[in-house]
Amino acid sequence: MPVLSDDKIETLKAKAKTIRQHIIKMLALAGSGHPGGSLSSVEILVSLYFHKLSHNPANPKWEDRDRFLMSKGHAAPVWYATLSEAGYFTQETLWTLRKLGSPLQGHPDMQKTPGVEMSSGSLGQGLSVANGIALSGKLDKKNYRVYVLLGDGESQEGQVWEAAMASAHYKLNNLCAILDYNGFQIDGPIEKVMSPLPLSEKWIAFGWNVINIDGHNFKEIIEALDKAEDVKNKPTIIIARTVKGKGVSFMENQYEWHGKAPTPQQAEIALKELS
Amino acid sequence: MARQGAYASTGRNCLKGIIINYMELKCTREASGNAIVELGRKNSNVVVLSADLSGSTKADEFAKVFPQRFFNMGIAEANMMNTAAGLAVSGKIAFATTFAIFASGRAWEQIRNTIAYSNLNVKIIATHGGISVGPDGSSHQGIEDIALMRVIPGMTVLVPVDAIETPKAIFSAAEHQGPVYIRLARLKLPVITKPQDTFIIGKSNILREGTDATVIACGIMVSSALQASELLAKENIKITVLNCYSIKPIDTGTIISLAEKTGAVVTAEEHLQIGGLGSSVSEILSQNYPVPVEMIAIKDRFGQSGEPEELLKEYHLTSKDIVTTVKKAISRKI
Repeated sequence: MPVLSDDKIETLKAKAKTIRQHIIKMLALAGSGHPGGSLSSVEILVSLYFHKLSHNPANPKWEDRDRFLMSKGHAAPVWYATLSEAGYFTQETLWTLRKLGSPLQGHPDMQKTPGVEMSSGSLGQGLSVANGIALSGKLDKKNYRVYVLLGDGESQEGQVWEAAMASAHYKLNNLCAILDYNGFQIDGPIEKVMSPLPLSEKWIAFGWNVINIDGHNFKEIIEALDKAEDVKNKPTIIIARTVKGKGVSFMENQYEWHGKAPTPQQAEIALKELS
Repeated sequence: MARQGAYASTGRNCLKGIIINYMELKCTREASGNAIVELGRKNSNVVVLSADLSGSTKADEFAKVFPQRFFNMGIAEANMMNTAAGLAVSGKIAFATTFAIFASGRAWEQIRNTIAYSNLNVKIIATHGGISVGPDGSSHQGIEDIALMRVIPGMTVLVPVDAIETPKAIFSAAEHQGPVYIRLARLKLPVITKPQDTFIIGKSNILREGTDATVIACGIMVSSALQASELLAKENIKITVLNCYSIKPIDTGTIISLAEKTGAVVTAEEHLQIGGLGSSVSEILSQNYPVPVEMIAIKDRFGQSGEPEELLKEYHLTSKDIVTTVKKAISRKI
């Protein structure tokens, strides 16, 4: 496991700041998209791509790479910005988000974007796919790990629980789910729309190892990812408490910013806050 | 869902009265199960998933020989399809097996958004297609699956006609890059093809040649069409019978040339008229070579319980219905 020094944490923080700026700029240029859930999961993706994952941007299909899947596909901007920063494609590509002919589709498309392991966008499907990849890894006796980012609102989909049952049934300890628990969905607070709570108890009951953390604290995220690797015979879910719209004052905890792009003026204010 | 009933009724066969008596009856599900085992021996990347029902779909044959490569996902079709997608994206050829109604209906959006959109190597083996499922009734009779699958961009849809053609469909699907939907029946079906007959995705086979009309059929209706051709021959009406095993891509060239040659077309399928083989043939002919087209298919209604033979009669899917309809199509020739 790579050592997490204070210097490294500072590097990761700087990356997170850059990626947040990219997200705002991308969305403002696109004129549509999902800032809230992108900003809430920045530290999670930065921890994975710049510390935890064994991957090679020059060879995205390297067969022994760790896999990351984004089940909450509407957070594509944070994935694209992270992949670009990691070297999968140029920064200029980011400014084509959602435009005709762009490799950066509104929701992730594995056939168009280097580094995107699996297409997503229709909620509730990613954990099942991650199970398939984890089963394949076990079958092939590979050591790669599979990470999948889930949304809290997404947990209302029944298929998530079909998949959760299967991950535990097949003892997929090479699988780690991370729940971006930002508390909001497009119609409002998750507890008001359709409460998926209590979360920890549900996942424990489904046979998972559960770790609760602050999803913006690099030390906590990385320690949790490390701990997940030591678990035998069961999958792990890291329930990461996050702030929707994190880093932009007028977006934080405002569900109106789930799926709305900032205007150029709003983007300017946001970028000032993030600089 | 009361799926145990499916097990209870699989042993029965009630086609005796409606097929040509010299035809041997063989189970395409068994042929499929054995073919996937054969494939599994040749290729270690072949894996099989089941949503319970392994005994009915014959996925249990693979499970017995390759337990490590068999994944029972329980009664959770949506999850099964996406797990198959995950295995496929990791380099496996994933055969996902369940009944046609659950494969195409319950898991449609998973197939559309996660499997087909990314052109993944998931091969869907959908047994119990059509109304001849019988006594289990409407909830277990997949009668709209061809329409639901054929409408998905890039999806291949195959309906092998008998136990000889079924392994060819399985092997072709395995070699094909991308998703394939294979529709099988519950009943044992008459053996009407030969081992040496070709099976190519996007092609079809002419089984009888005649110049008065063409019957384009798939699945169980192909043998009924052959029977109809014999009945019509007694009245000196000679028809061409096309075994249209590849619904998508469909053999456009052959269909147009047969329309040119015979001037009247009847389609026959054990499926809803809306969106099925008849629709597909009409799309081709209306744009390329308009001739009278009549359709033998289930009209806009659900299935029900009954013995397969009774249901085929009730829903006008017999050789006698083909005879009447062929005459109607011929009468419409200009």
